Amino acid sequence: MPVPVYYSFRNLTVRRLTTALTASGMALVVFVFAATLMLAEGLQKTLVETGSPDNVVVIRKGSQSEVQSGVERLQASIVESLPDIVTGEGGRPLLAKELVVLINLPKRGSNKPANVVIRGVGGASYALRPQVKLVEGRMPRPGSSEIIAGKSIAERFEGGGIGEHLRFAMREWTVVGIFDAGSTGFSSEIWGDVDQLMQSFRRPVYSSVIFRMRDAAAFDSMKSRLESDPRMTVEAKLETRYYLDQSEAMAKFLRILGLSLTFIFSLGAVIGAMITMYAAVANRVVEIGTLRALGFHRASILQAFILEALFLGLIGGVAGLVPAAFLQFITISTMNWQSFAELAFSFSLSPGIIVKSLLFSLVMGIAGGLLPAFRAARMDIVGALRSS
Amino acid sequence: MFYLKLSLRNAFRHPLRAVLTITGVAVAILAFGLLRTLVGLWYLGVETSSSTRLITRSSISLVFTLPVSYRERIRHISGVTEVSSMNWFGGIYVSEKNFFPNFAVEPKTFLALYPEFIIDDAEKRSFLKDRRGAVAGFKLAAKHGWKIGDRIVLKGTIFPGEWDFVLRGIYRGAQRSTDESQFFFHWDYLNESLRKTVPRRADQVGLYVVGVDAPEKAPEVAQAIDAIFRNSLAETMSETEKAFQLSFVAMTEAIMIAIKIVSYVVIVIIMVVAANTMAMTARERISEYATMKALGFKWSHIAITVFGESLFIALLGGAIGVLLTFPAAHLLETELSQFFPVFSVSPVTIYFQLAAATLVGIVSSAFPVYRASTINISEGLRRIG
Repeated sequence: MPVPVYYSFRNLTVRRLTTALTASGMALVVFVFAATLMLAEGLQKTLVETGSPDNVVVIRKGSQSEVQSGVERLQASIVESLPDIVTGEGGRPLLAKELVVLINLPKRGSNKPANVVIRGVGGASYALRPQVKLVEGRMPRPGSSEIIAGKSIAERFEGGGIGEHLRFAMREWTVVGIFDAGSTGFSSEIWGDVDQLMQSFRRPVYSSVIFRMRDAAAFDSMKSRLESDPRMTVEAKLETRYYLDQSEAMAKFLRILGLSLTFIFSLGAVIGAMITMYAAVANRVVEIGTLRALGFHRASILQAFILEALFLGLIGGVAGLVPAAFLQFITISTMNWQSFAELAFSFSLSPGIIVKSLLFSLVMGIAGGLLPAFRAARMDIVGALRSS
Repeated sequence: MFYLKLSLRNAFRHPLRAVLTITGVAVAILAFGLLRTLVGLWYLGVETSSSTRLITRSSISLVFTLPVSYRERIRHISGVTEVSSMNWFGGIYVSEKNFFPNFAVEPKTFLALYPEFIIDDAEKRSFLKDRRGAVAGFKLAAKHGWKIGDRIVLKGTIFPGEWDFVLRGIYRGAQRSTDESQFFFHWDYLNESLRKTVPRRADQVGLYVVGVDAPEKAPEVAQAIDAIFRNSLAETMSETEKAFQLSFVAMTEAIMIAIKIVSYVVIVIIMVVAANTMAMTARERISEYATMKALGFKWSHIAITVFGESLFIALLGGAIGVLLTFPAAHLLETELSQFFPVFSVSPVTIYFQLAAATLVGIVSSAFPVYRASTINISEGLRRIG
């Protein structure tokens, strides 16, 4: 290892307390930085994974979500007659006409009400969403007041567990099964028979029609054909696109909030690094003079101090990322403004976030160390050696 | 006095370091104040709600409507002064980016129930007369450059189609905290169009706003309303406006809790930075402390000087941070008026900021105070650098 590199590395270990304090300041900033990015990533991942690339969602034109939408029975039948739909079991098209409404349910423990999505599903709905797997109990019998609840609902909401009852729309509903849909939005939903639910909610229209395309490449032509049909007032979206749109505003909010917070916080940490590095230079004037007298160039001195600042940043970055990685075990549940419904999602650490966080910590190190490093490099040999 | 002088002199012995630390503390205290204000804003709707207003909505959830016929039945309950109705319209003006809350309301009773929306008499009369008339908040109108008489088109998301309105009035808020970015229009206009296009959705109301003559009667009236409609096709759920707003806030509580935690993180960050400054200072001055001790100063004297220096730096930074909070809040209010209609700093926030600065000063001096006061004279004097 060349001497200046070794020198800067050893310096950090000699002044342990100062190094630890400065690095922990940066670690906290990196932690906040990584945590907000992970949260936005987790939200988007949940909603993107909810959709399948071959599935198409048809909702009323202009309505942004299934909750606001309404598709008349006649229009739903027209969609059903499209030739582009995959044929499913029994020769019927793989298509589900669904009802999506929100109900108010109290949370377990706090008893605070939140909006929960209740989805009326048909037989094809399960085939369209292979992510949805029954983990406990059984499927509801068609035509009965039986429902199944997503895992997040069963855990978080009063009356959502197996064998429990929910009362809404003047009827008593029994939870007969719990399903797990992985980290998708479906885990925060309750599913029941669409006809029973439409009856009880007195909603004569469906909310959306979902089907699987025979050929995903033909989506555009199918979309324009469907939307230009004078009998229709609907729009078709790829399911992946639909769920991405649902998460956009919230993910953007989290990102902007996170970035502006970390920017302000990083000012504090950069100042901390700057103080440390200035002190490091001031305490080592004689040493710097000696190095120069031994024949090391100004560039080497500059390099040594910049390296020291980079090391400092890297220590902070790693120290911030490690606890951030543990956040992946935490699940957050909040209302998504675009659908007005409760959604549970976890922090998610992607390689991109790791790279970004480490780069960010290095930038903080450089920002704090650059000016002091220049000061060190500019010292003249005689003056430096003479000071004591 | 002597110790005070010594502390102040010491604080600026390394001017660059002192300035950097003070800047750091100021930025952190500023960020802390703004974050706390942001959290407070979340609860603004709760604070500005009136205790004499009840909200009656469908017991299933807000997306279900109530029949318009309920209005007369609610009005006959004793204690009820006025009943108005609102429908969340969810219209989009030009693009989704221009989001603002817009409601179809029963205009006359609505204005009577919300005295905090101040609108002058001539505008009010012309609004009530024109079925296509609409009223917008002052900030909303200013943002889009709307003037009285302008035609405004909203694209419906819940109610399909393009909806035409004429701006008849611009309201101002009675208090600084009143939201001036809302948009109201006649429920009749919406209803008549629905009767023609989707008759099954006509004659439906999103929620009722019920005025009560005395706040203490509110729970009683709420129960009476829900009792009338129990076991009907559209059961109701009535609560005070405050509880209603709170239930909205509670749904996004997780984010608020995260912001609250983060606002404390910034204080911890700056505490670490200040502690570092003080630790370095103490290290460099070990031989000085030994000299002072040799001269006969007690450990407590040295502790006071170090403590005073730390507190001085933290409080100076804190004071600058507090002073900067006001222009920063004003800037946010003008730049981000779409998200935060009001961004005003409360006195409590300022106390919290000062308390945080004091805490930073105390905590960051702990280690150096310990080090300086326990120093051994001969060892300290022997030490170089």
